[in-house]
Parts: sequence; C-alpha cells; structure tokens
Amino acid sequence: MSSTTVDHAHDHSHDHAHDHPHGIGRWLFATNHKDIGTLYLWFAFTMLLTGGVLALIIRAELFQPGLQLVQPEFFNQLTTMHGLIMVFGAIMPAFVGFANWMIPLQIGASDMAFARMNNFSFWLMPPAAILLVASFWVPGGATAAGWTLYAPLSTQMGPGMDMAIFAVHIMGASSIMGSINIITTILNMRAPGMTLMKMPMFCWTWLITAYLLIAVMPVLAGAITMTLTDRHFGTSFFNAAGGGDPVMYQHIFWFFGHPEVYIMILPAFGIISQIVPAFSRKPLFGYASMVYATASIAILSFIVWAHHMFTTGMPVTAQLFFMYATMLISVPTGVKVFNWVATMWKGSLTFETPMLFAVGFIFVFTMGGFTGLILAVTPIDIQLQDTYYVVAHFHYVLVAGSLFALFAGFYYWGPKWTGFMYNEFRGKVHFWASLIFFNITFFPMHFLGLAGMPRRYADYPAQFTDFNQVASFGAFGFGLTQVFFILAVVIPSIRGGKPAEAKPWEGAEGLEWTVPSPAPFHTFEEPPVVK
Amino acid sequence: MRQAKRLKSFMLGASLLAAGMPAWAVVDSQGGPAVRELNLQTPVTQIAEQIYSIHNLMLGICLAIFIAVFGVMFYSILKHRKSVGHKAATFHESTAVEIAWTVVPFIIVIAMALPATKTVVAMKDTSNSDITIKVTGMQWKWGYDYLKGEGEGISFVSTLATPRTQVGSPGVAPTEPRSDNYLLEVDNQVVVPVNKKVRLITTANDVIHSWTIPAFGVKQDAIPGYVRDTWFKAEKIGVYRGQCVELCGKEHAFMPIVVNVVSEDDYKKWVDGKKKEMAAKADDPNKVWTVDELKQRGEKVYASNCVACHQASGKGVPGAFPALDGSAIVAGDKAVQIHLVLNGKNAMPSWKSTLSDTEIAAVITYTRNNWSNKSAENIVQPAEVVAARK
Repeated sequence: MSSTTVDHAHDHSHDHAHDHPHGIGRWLFATNHKDIGTLYLWFAFTMLLTGGVLALIIRAELFQPGLQLVQPEFFNQLTTMHGLIMVFGAIMPAFVGFANWMIPLQIGASDMAFARMNNFSFWLMPPAAILLVASFWVPGGATAAGWTLYAPLSTQMGPGMDMAIFAVHIMGASSIMGSINIITTILNMRAPGMTLMKMPMFCWTWLITAYLLIAVMPVLAGAITMTLTDRHFGTSFFNAAGGGDPVMYQHIFWFFGHPEVYIMILPAFGIISQIVPAFSRKPLFGYASMVYATASIAILSFIVWAHHMFTTGMPVTAQLFFMYATMLISVPTGVKVFNWVATMWKGSLTFETPMLFAVGFIFVFTMGGFTGLILAVTPIDIQLQDTYYVVAHFHYVLVAGSLFALFAGFYYWGPKWTGFMYNEFRGKVHFWASLIFFNITFFPMHFLGLAGMPRRYADYPAQFTDFNQVASFGAFGFGLTQVFFILAVVIPSIRGGKPAEAKPWEGAEGLEWTVPSPAPFHTFEEPPVVK
Repeated sequence: MRQAKRLKSFMLGASLLAAGMPAWAVVDSQGGPAVRELNLQTPVTQIAEQIYSIHNLMLGICLAIFIAVFGVMFYSILKHRKSVGHKAATFHESTAVEIAWTVVPFIIVIAMALPATKTVVAMKDTSNSDITIKVTGMQWKWGYDYLKGEGEGISFVSTLATPRTQVGSPGVAPTEPRSDNYLLEVDNQVVVPVNKKVRLITTANDVIHSWTIPAFGVKQDAIPGYVRDTWFKAEKIGVYRGQCVELCGKEHAFMPIVVNVVSEDDYKKWVDGKKKEMAAKADDPNKVWTVDELKQRGEKVYASNCVACHQASGKGVPGAFPALDGSAIVAGDKAVQIHLVLNGKNAMPSWKSTLSDTEIAAVITYTRNNWSNKSAENIVQPAEVVAARK
C-alpha cells in the first residue's frame, strides 16, 4: 500500500441520525463492530486468565514429584480444560476481536457486513464458556481426555464430556459466522481504490484464516458429533468392537487440528506485518510474497495432518509423505521471517512496546518454528511424540507466537480504541517480564522432553525435578505479569492518560490512522477514496 | 594454577553443601533419564543412534540459520536505529531475493529429510525377528505375551512397583523416601536377549496407550481392537526404562515399562525359570477353596487391579468410581457381580481376559467379606466363574 488519501469532506453532523445506545443494552444488542470487538477482547482476556489459573494449578502440582495438590483424574481435567479454554476461548476470540475492530477501519468500511449476525456470533461465546467451566462441577468433573478428545478415552468420560462437545459445537458455529462476516466484509466493502493487493496484511491474513475456519470447523463438528453418538446412541464410529476405528478419530480431528494451528497464527503474522514496517519507517518488504506465503501455508496446512500421528503406526510411504510435506511448510514460514528482517534492514528503527513485542515475537516464534522443523522429521518425532518437547514447541508458537502478537496489536492499536496512550514504561516492563518468564517456563521443557518426560503426567520420575521447578517458577512469574498487564497497563489506559493523536506512530500507514482517536462510534459512513 | 585450585576447592565445598540437602539426593536412573538430562538418553540400538545423530545434525543446521538470521536482525537493531540517526531506506521488494530465499531453504529442508528417510524405512522393517512379543496396554498396566521364538508361551502382566507410600496423595505426605527409579520400576520386567531382533506387536484392551523405551528409539501406540508392530535390537546388556506416552486416564503416569536386556545364557535361564513359575502358579479351576484362602488371594488381586479406582478403603471416588463398601451389588446376588467383573460396564473394564477364574473368584469373595460388607452369599468358587464365562 503505497499512499492513501482520505476524503474527509463529511463531518459528524449526521451522527445524530444514528442511535448511540447506552447501558447494558449497548452490549447485549450491540451491532457496532467496535463494541463487538471490545466484547470479544474482554471475553478472550477473561478466558486467558481462567485458562491461566488452570495452568498454574498444573505447574504447582508439578513443582515436585509426588501428588501434593490434586488427584491425577483432576489433573487430567486441568490439562484438558487448559487446552480447550486457551485455544477456543482465549486465542481464537481475541483474534476475532481484533478483526472486528480493525478490518472495517483498515478497509474503510462503515461496519461489518452482517451486523446482527456479528452480535449473535459473539453472544454464542459466553454460553459455550459457561458450559466448559461449569463442567468442572458435574458428576465425574470436566472432560479429562485431553484437548484433542481422543476416542475411545472420550467415551469413558462423564457428562462433562458432553458439555465440552456442545461448547465446542457452539464455538464452532460462532467461528463460522464470524468467518462469513469477515470474508463478506473484506470482499465487498473495501473503500473505492483499495484493490486486494493494496489491502493491509492484517486483512489479508484474516481473509485466508476465515476460509480455513469455514473449511475445517465443520470437520471438527463432525468428529465430536460422532463421539457424541458413540457415547449415547450406540454407534461405533471409533469403537473397534463395533467395527469402528479409534485412529479414524485422530485422522478427522487432525484434519481440523492442523489448519487450526494456522488459524491461530496467520492473523498474528498479519499484526506483526503491520507493526514491523510502522516502527522501521519503511514499507513492508515483499508485500506480494507475504500474501503468497500466507496462502501457501494455508494450502499446505491441509496435507500435513498425520504428522501428529506418526506413532499410531502408518505405512512407510505415508510417514515419508507427511514428513516431506511438513518440512515444506517451513519454506513459506521462513520467507515471512526473512521479509520481516529485510523490512527492518536499513530502516529507522524505534522500539516502543508494540515493536518490542513484534521483535520478541519474531525471535521466539522462530525458535518454535525450528523445533517444529525438528519434530517434522519422522524418526525424531517418534522419539519425542507426547513428551514435553512437544509441549515446549507448541507453547513457543502459541504463547510467544499468537499471544505476543496479540499484545503487540494491543499496544499498537490500543490508542485508537481508548483514545489514550498507554504508559510506555509499564508497557516495556510487561514486555521484558513476559519474554523472560516465558523462556524460564518453556525453555527447560525442551530438555525434559529430550530426556523422555511424557506430557499430561500428574507425577514424574525424580530425575526431572529441577527443570520442572524452574518451569513452575517461570509460570507463576508469567501469570503475575499478565495480572500486571491488565491492572497497570490496560485499565489505566482506558481510564485516562496522555490523549492519543489520530496517528500516534510516526511510521504507521493505513486508513485506521485517518480517523480520530478514540475512533468515533461510526466511522467511514462515506467511504474514503484510496489512490 | 592457584585459581584453578581455589575453584576446585570451591566446587568441592559447593558439592558437599549440595549433597547435604535432601532435595539433591536424587541420582540418575539406571537405563532411564539422568538427573538434569539435557539431551536424548544414551542410545542402545542402531535406530536410536541414528535418531540421536539426525537430531544433532538438525540442531546444528537450525542453530546456524538462527544465528545467521538473527545476526542480521540484531545488527539492524543496533545500527539502523532512529536514535543513532539512521535514515530509512525506501526499498521494499526484490524478486531475485525472494526467489533466493525460497529456493535455498527448500534445498536445505530436502537435504535434512534425506538422511531421515533411510531411518524411517529401517524403523518400519519388522521382518526376520528372533522373538515376537505381544504387548497389551490396559488401564493401567502392561500385559506381555511371548508369541514366537525362545520363550514362546510366557505371559505375564507388568505393573508399577513403586509403592503408593512413596507417591503420597493430596494432603497425605509420602511416608517412604523415593527410590532411585521412582515411577520407573515394575514388578515383572520384560526380559529379552542382547543383540536379537525383537518384534513387538501392540494392542490395547480399553483405550489407546503407547509403549516406548527412549533409549531404544522405539515408540508405538497400542490401539484397542487393532494391532500395530515395531521392533528393536538392543546392543547393550542392562535395564532400560520408559513410560506410557498416550493419555489413557487417571493412572496414565503410573504404568511404566521396563525392559531387561540380558545375555543369551541368562535369557535361557530366565525362560526356564519363568516357565516353571508359570506351571506352579496355574490354578486348577475345579479346586474348592475356603473363604479365608480366597480372601487372602483376593486381597492381592484387589491391590494390583482394583485399588486405583475403588480405592483401598473400598469407598471409590464419589462421582467417578462407585464404592464397593456398602454396595448393593456386592451385597446382592453373586451372579450379577460375576457378570459385571467379567464383562465390565462403563468405566469398569472387562476382566475376562486379564484375570484367571481363580483370581476373579478370589477378588469377588474378598469384596464380599471385607470393609463393612457381610454379604449373604459370601463365597464364589472358581468353578462358578468358569460356568459364568459360558
């Protein structure tokens, strides 16, 4: 996107024509993309803390060998619900929140295409979250089959399993509606002059993500519906005794599950691709190749699912195919990292908090990318499957990847949302504490995994004690840092502070910076013209 | 030199201090992980060795790329800052560069995958084995049946040997110090001869489990209703340890795997001993037992098979596993209980194939006479179980 000029001929004289709702009704019946975006973000943060508390109970139990705090069956519920809540309740809705806030502002649209469906897709989330969390209190407790809900373990669970199935169904429906909305908005409501190849990267990554969601959420719904009928209606999809196949569940699940990991990282790539050029004061290097790389990752994500299943025992040709296909994904991912570094090269860099998180993202996410490449090699994967190495790997890409990108995005666009600048010093404290505690928590897990410590273990051989203690210490530090983030950064920046200019970042580009901060309730009622 | 000496004495002092602290009393597990192990366990098969060296190679290449890419990035971070007065350049694309950094990584990943391909093919080649062992995953123990080769016919179940008094439970501190192989020890080890190709056929009774010995580079899921196979050929005598690696329910962390690799002579001795032991143990299902004999036997069966869910107290876990103490089924018609134990129900597994007639009779008799239970029909004879199986 080289240059954008905005037609600001109109003023807000006709704002009164629109109702500006107040009170609880504003949120319950919200149809405004900014309000719905805010709702999504608060919801996601609440779930992040909920999932975080579960993680801390896990880490407290694992501080030393033996069973001190929780029984193993409850421990399994914790690991399962931590995964489900973080994936479906925290990371995915947070990106949808960003999409709601930023896509209309970035493409010069007045709102999302289907405002009422937008409301519905948000308000499906809280009931789903309540189903998930409440399942801890039903007989037998929450599902303890792991977030992957593998059959036939999932058929052994109590009613908590059914609640989780319904929760995932509801969240899936919400995701599909959200995706339809995003695709329609991006394809039809761009300002005149904004061709697809002039569109900001965040919109591009979300467009591709939305297609992935529509493609795979029904697959997940199918898998868990079959689990449901196996549990209650006498079918035997995954029950060998009735002619079914437990491994088929894994194939179906991971056909959803692998694109799902890209659903959680592609919008993060988008955010980073906005922030790095802004603080390098230099346009994004290789815009077109970024778009193609994103699309290639999305397409490749459909043909690598069985690398999660190397130890199930598949034919040698299948193992080789999935190994090579998986390793190929590192090529477009590498292109992205190279492009970011080239964007920074010979720029005029400054390091405000959004840039710190973006650079932190590139650095730590790449480590997760490398462990991913190592895990793609079938023999190594067989050695490391279901050990803490895998836990380390996916937290490097999901926490240091997705979550850090979300933080970066908050610091970058937050001034546009609240109208106030956050406290830069506290932002930096948040960054450094997050980065350091993150590595203290997850780096030692590589060693544990290499040495053979299996994941989802309530108790472990005493040889693993020291690294587990380090990890537990880091986890509590990381958790406290996020409490600091909400109390010392987010809430103060909503209440007040230095007023934010329309464009608080010198090098930032895009239509979102042409509207005042905070963005008025209605923006771009007359579409701007992009040249 | 003097400094070196000082350092030495400091280290000595520090290690003495460390040794004095009980938390440091952990020693390396023999054939399992070492304390603060940083890398893969020492390989004892060729496959594990290949994995070890592929991993080293991958790690080296990744590290080199990492240093190169982030060297550039950190150079840029230091030199191209606005605060040192660097003005931004305006370049923003170069097709040549894009092609270069697509093609070069492509070649690198293919080069990485090639040595692994050979290993993948070797790992899948289970032909020409000397010994075949069927491994059955069960909640929460492993069953082993020697199907072919020397030792054919040997069959046993292997459960965790670490007593619960070392583990403790929430609110109850362990009453015994942890052993060196805490959670890595079993009552019946798998014994195999050194330098012989052992083929494993895995399956499971209830849910998916996964059998692994890290030092062998072997990991294979055990899937209920299906069989899969894998193999290993251990090249060093010793005891090697692994743990179940597929989430299989609450006792997932408590079903380790131990393989004892012995010399060929020792293996022959073990096979002879095991066969005699099995012949001696075989119970005549027509024998008539007294209540006390059955109770005594049943207590042992209960401790190794039932206690995880129904608890030593017989109170079960409310909401998850029913109590046997005061249970209507235990107090009522014994045929109902025999049927339930044989065939399972919900989370209760079927014990048909894992316990003998005598063991089932014994454990039912035990539950009917233990805790506060005083059932009217207080004894079940093995013959009744035999009849119920038909």
